[in-house]
Amino acid sequence: MSVRAPVHQGRLKSPFYSRLKQLDTVNEWHEWKGYSSADVLYCAETEYFAIRNSTAVFDLTPMTKYRITGPDALDYLNRLVTRDMAKVRPGRVAYAVWCDDQGQVIDDGTIFHLREGEYRLCSQERHFAWLMAAAMGFDVTITHETEDVAALAVQGPTSFSVLDKMGFDGLERLKPFDLGHFDFQGSEIMISRTGFTGDLGYELWIDPAQAEALWDALFAAGELHGIRAIGTTALEISRIEAGYLAAYMEFLPADETVRTGRSRSPLELGLSWLVDFKKPNFNGRRALAEEKRNGSTWRLVKLDIEGNKPAHNSYIYGSANGRKGEIGFITSAVWSPVCKQNIAIGTVRMPHGKPGDNVWVEIYYQREMHWNRKMAKATVVDKPFWFPPRRGAKPPGPF
Amino acid sequence: MKTYDAIVVGAGHNGLTTAAFLAKAGLDVICVEKNDYIGGAAVSRNLYKDWWYSNCSYVCSLLRPEIYRALELHKHGLQVTPYGGSVTFMENGDYYGSYHDPEVAYREMARLSRHDADAYKTYSADTMRQCRFIRDFLLSTAPDPTSFKPRDLKELARIGGKFMEMGEARMYETIRFWTMSVAEYLAEYFETDVIKTALSGSGIIGTALGINSPGTAYVLLHHYMGEVDGNVGSWGFARGGMGAVSDSIAGAFQAAGGELRTEAGVDQFIVKNGKVTGVALENGDEIAAPVVVSAMDVKRTFLNCMDKSDLPEKFHRRVKNFKIRGSSGKVNIALDGLPDFSALPEGSSLIYSDMHFIDSMERMERAYDDWKDGIWSRDPFIDMVIPTLNDPTMAPPGKHFMSCFVQYCPYKIEGRDWTSEERDAFGQNVIDQIAKYSPNFKDLILHTEIRTPQDIEDEIGITEGNIFHGELTMDQLLFNRPIPGYAQYRSPIGGLYMCGSSTHPGGGVMAAPGANAAREILSDLKRPNTVPESFGDD
Amino acid sequence: MIDRYDAIVVGAGHNGLVCSALLAKAGKRVLVLEANEQVGGAAVTREFADGYSVSACAHLLYQLQAEVRKDLQLAPRLVSKEMTTIALSPDGKHVRLSADGVEGVSAADAASYQDFRKRMTRFSDLLRKYLNKSPPRLGAKDFRNLMALGQLGFDLRRLGKEEMQEFLRLIGMNIHDELNERFDNPLLKGAISLDAVLGTHLGPRSPNTIMTYLYRLAGDHGRTAAPAGGMGSVSNAIARVARSAGVTIRTSMPVKRIVIENGRATGVETESGERFESFTVISNADPKRTILKLVGARHVETGFARRIHHLRSKGNAAKLHLALDGLPTIAGLAKKDFAERFVIAPDEHYVERAFNPAKYGECSPDPVVEMTFPSFRDETLAPTGKHVLSAVVQYAPYDLQGGWNAAAKDAFQQAVIKTISKYVPDIEQRITASELLTPADIESEFHITGGHWHHGELTLDQFLFVRPVGGAAQYRMPVDGLYLCGAGAHPGGGVSGAAGRNAARAILRRERAA
Repeated sequence: MSVRAPVHQGRLKSPFYSRLKQLDTVNEWHEWKGYSSADVLYCAETEYFAIRNSTAVFDLTPMTKYRITGPDALDYLNRLVTRDMAKVRPGRVAYAVWCDDQGQVIDDGTIFHLREGEYRLCSQERHFAWLMAAAMGFDVTITHETEDVAALAVQGPTSFSVLDKMGFDGLERLKPFDLGHFDFQGSEIMISRTGFTGDLGYELWIDPAQAEALWDALFAAGELHGIRAIGTTALEISRIEAGYLAAYMEFLPADETVRTGRSRSPLELGLSWLVDFKKPNFNGRRALAEEKRNGSTWRLVKLDIEGNKPAHNSYIYGSANGRKGEIGFITSAVWSPVCKQNIAIGTVRMPHGKPGDNVWVEIYYQREMHWNRKMAKATVVDKPFWFPPRRGAKPPGPF
Repeated sequence: MKTYDAIVVGAGHNGLTTAAFLAKAGLDVICVEKNDYIGGAAVSRNLYKDWWYSNCSYVCSLLRPEIYRALELHKHGLQVTPYGGSVTFMENGDYYGSYHDPEVAYREMARLSRHDADAYKTYSADTMRQCRFIRDFLLSTAPDPTSFKPRDLKELARIGGKFMEMGEARMYETIRFWTMSVAEYLAEYFETDVIKTALSGSGIIGTALGINSPGTAYVLLHHYMGEVDGNVGSWGFARGGMGAVSDSIAGAFQAAGGELRTEAGVDQFIVKNGKVTGVALENGDEIAAPVVVSAMDVKRTFLNCMDKSDLPEKFHRRVKNFKIRGSSGKVNIALDGLPDFSALPEGSSLIYSDMHFIDSMERMERAYDDWKDGIWSRDPFIDMVIPTLNDPTMAPPGKHFMSCFVQYCPYKIEGRDWTSEERDAFGQNVIDQIAKYSPNFKDLILHTEIRTPQDIEDEIGITEGNIFHGELTMDQLLFNRPIPGYAQYRSPIGGLYMCGSSTHPGGGVMAAPGANAAREILSDLKRPNTVPESFGDD
Repeated sequence: MIDRYDAIVVGAGHNGLVCSALLAKAGKRVLVLEANEQVGGAAVTREFADGYSVSACAHLLYQLQAEVRKDLQLAPRLVSKEMTTIALSPDGKHVRLSADGVEGVSAADAASYQDFRKRMTRFSDLLRKYLNKSPPRLGAKDFRNLMALGQLGFDLRRLGKEEMQEFLRLIGMNIHDELNERFDNPLLKGAISLDAVLGTHLGPRSPNTIMTYLYRLAGDHGRTAAPAGGMGSVSNAIARVARSAGVTIRTSMPVKRIVIENGRATGVETESGERFESFTVISNADPKRTILKLVGARHVETGFARRIHHLRSKGNAAKLHLALDGLPTIAGLAKKDFAERFVIAPDEHYVERAFNPAKYGECSPDPVVEMTFPSFRDETLAPTGKHVLSAVVQYAPYDLQGGWNAAAKDAFQQAVIKTISKYVPDIEQRITASELLTPADIESEFHITGGHWHHGELTLDQFLFVRPVGGAAQYRMPVDGLYLCGAGAHPGGGVSGAAGRNAARAILRRERAA
């Protein structure tokens, strides 16, 4: 044992760090699960429009990744998550949530069925202890592989063209939520047609040793397609436009909540389509069945809000004068540059918030030191704010 | 002879707190102290020129911020600096550090076990939930579950309501938490011995229990519920040593017109017709007042300073059976410079943290077995800090003061008094354990002060030198503390109150017993309340 | 071929038998499957040497609940009742404890003992009331649960102010402190300490040991009795009641798994491959074995499986059986005294020190012993003129470092015999055969995880509302159709029948409600 072990206080650097650093002009970084991650590299707006107009590249490496293998891998996952994983063939990706025994969401994530009986679970938060506890009685192996897999999101209308130019044969066959294994300079790369932007896009998964070569090849191929590296700020705008949930925004991992009633069930998050009661047993099933019978407390709403002042941290009311009291609050809000809409995701008490309902949002905004308050009317919408046809195009068109 | 409105006996932090709140309500209060200095066990002693020893209590975080604020302690010289983290040195040359920054703490834990690193957030939320549950009751008087008085029923209903609010699953967790041992509690989350060990220390500090004894999970909470600047669970140093806490409360007391008298040990409480009328001092003086408040522990109060015939027989027996056990000692060391810890990397912030030298649960438990046999732990649990790194004013420039809290250390050696050779051997044992991890440590020692439970009792007056004025076991908590039926600061003697750590919510430099007692006294006297409410949920 | 029953009980321990009998009396068609050849589980009489028989695990009867006796019209024949506990002293100056008083101690101790007994029996009566019903669910808002909780509060208040205070103080306390508050005599303190820690992983200084002591009293107030023919005869008597009510009991039928289909229990499958169907499966096995082995963790939820996994159920009590060629000698005893119960626990510190090694997976070098000579009054147990010594010895930890191999067993047996011989000097010469059952043996022979006689530590964090785990304390497991009826469920172990009776009542009540 070396006596003076290194100080464990420095942030981790992703295998793409050197390339991001080269492109970085503003030096705005934050910590993401121990890694240095860029908020912005040059200009958040320009970066955002790369997602919607050309190709945006985002370093996904800090996402938590687990490899799940073994004869019981499918049974294990089926008990873990609420949806039926038997329907997810090899080569497919599934969005899933998993709950504690009380039917409260611990986290959401994507599960990649890499090969027959071999899965990767990818989530925002870290869950090794829970995944191990859930493995009791199953013949599965769970390996933490966050640091062993470098990952990039390549998103935007020209993303297919860029990757196609790199020579990934058969990429055009990937439908949304498909994955494929390809060759990159003699080593294997996994590409999935997934993303967090609601646009046409892919995610690339590779051995960290190949990370810099992949980046260089990608940027060389994308030069004429407007490829840009982006930071978290731009991604977050597209995430809200696509109506995706984020841990610590739309919900808290149930096992980390201290106060009662601060966690959410999948039904309360608008994810009932992910809950398959036909499965005889999955974690949270008994509690969720009861909730389904008795009704939920909360409902997740997507809001189209009048005006142009983003409704950060706002209360939601059932009436314009707020006299009936607040019925909920906003969890994510942004001005959508592509929809030119003032959009938000929020949570309201049942029975409020049916699609088409009107609610009122109390917005505070500051102009030259002074604060202004506005009660803005909002409409509950049930579709994502941004869902371009190219996102689902089979095969994706060249741009 | 002058008659005061109230006499507070003992100028420890709780006595001073009661005195200050009474004085603020306009009472004419005198606080008497047997020593020639104030502070009780929250002191900074100038034992050597230019050296200030926090020679009893050594960290400050339990001090309720409501009291800090209400008494404006900052105006009276108190400054509390948060400090973070802890380190446990391992026999294999490695160490396990815990850090303030959650990501750094995560990485360090993940270095030893990925599982444990991920489990920690759940552990932390579960523990914090219990903390929130109990914290709310610190600044209030425990209800009497046998009473039918509206205030007791109301408070019981409030506690019941808070309990119910948790929801079924968490109610069960709460029942378990309150009854299980710290070792079992930790084993439900963690798999790594050194991580469990590092966390288990808080479950036994100041108690005569081992980490496997049922009920120690609660003790863990007793150390977690402190806060500095709203950061629940963090620790702080008082600038100038722990005496600064007592001095500042004394400052607030005196600013409110209170009178302090040192070298005024109480010999007897004067009781006439079941009512207290004043105190007789050891020097023969008598002070008269219709209200007398004892900040001494409950045994000393009722067994040493009172005629048995003045007390109901059952009460007397209960007091006799109240458990105050000497289980820890202190070794305070003055150092010529900063010791080097071989395991720590250059520049590590862990030098500022709490240091521990036991790395396994088995060693923790075995340390307790020695105590049960009436000897000091041959391989003790030491909680060591070097406060001078944060506050250089406590020692001459470049020199350092090291405070070692040592557990377990019995009040008597196999049933008889300590000899001075044994005291030295006890201190040497501590020094030897630390020196295993710091090669230059022994050479830096300038002087040491070794304090066994007996020494602490002799000097401070706490029975058996117990830091909490009584074991924190279920039979001595909440409405059972100190004595069932007398948990609301009143004694069987009219006008005689208790305000020390023997009362709810117990020990640690929290000042909550002192504040709660003041509230009850003011209510009996029909005076306006000066004691603050809990800040409540945040 | 598939048989369908109204209920299947897995395991013919005494609780399983009680449960099956009560269900059958209510008109149910019940099947009991037992792995061993004999019924009774850990309440059996076995031949351990040629001609010598003994109650293999439980050997004394003190907790069989009056409600169970009444419901099953059970009246076990006893060869000794109200046995005196003789706390042995090497010099023959023994202390004798009985329900009525104590002899061999100072007048002050004797008076204090009366007072102690009075209070303890009052509290154990309160406890007993709750042993014989399902614990209420916390947080449930239905009338039944709220009434039950209200009743609990009312019962506490009804103790009177002072006694209620005392109860709330004592319930979490250790026996060591209480004994030292009251008594001087070391033998007296040792004997009571032993009663408080028998069958647990606790020492007298461990908080919670007053509760375990009260639990022991919560039957016949601690009056111990020896059934004629050993404990097996009690089980056989219950089995007879069950059979005559129509229960089918099949022995040598170890259950391999409880069949779960579409999320509910639908029957069981035996090791031999036979299937039996029922929508009500009741397990008399311990919770760990039931959930993690017979059902499988995958059929329950993660949090629940984790709780069950973390149940503490590592036994410390071993059983030593000695075949003796005659009665041994014990100083200071009359011959008739051999019918009594003996304890070796010279003082409370001795008991605590015996516990210390168990924390580290080591055996007590100086163990504590509870022993009887069951053959003294019961000629069926040994050849004429010969005798059997039956002893519970602590502490023999289940997870012994290095495992319970032959050498380890031999070493522990020697330590126990050495300890006994301090009080019974000629014991060694008298031994003609012996058997030591460690917790590991009890696990493998009686299928109790950890070999723990309560199927799970009897501490407040595993008691009442939270036994075996919170939310499943009402005998119903979180798998439809699956119930628990053994010692791992409320209230706990001992030959009391309470768990089996409560489970049967819970099942019938549920059926009526449906």
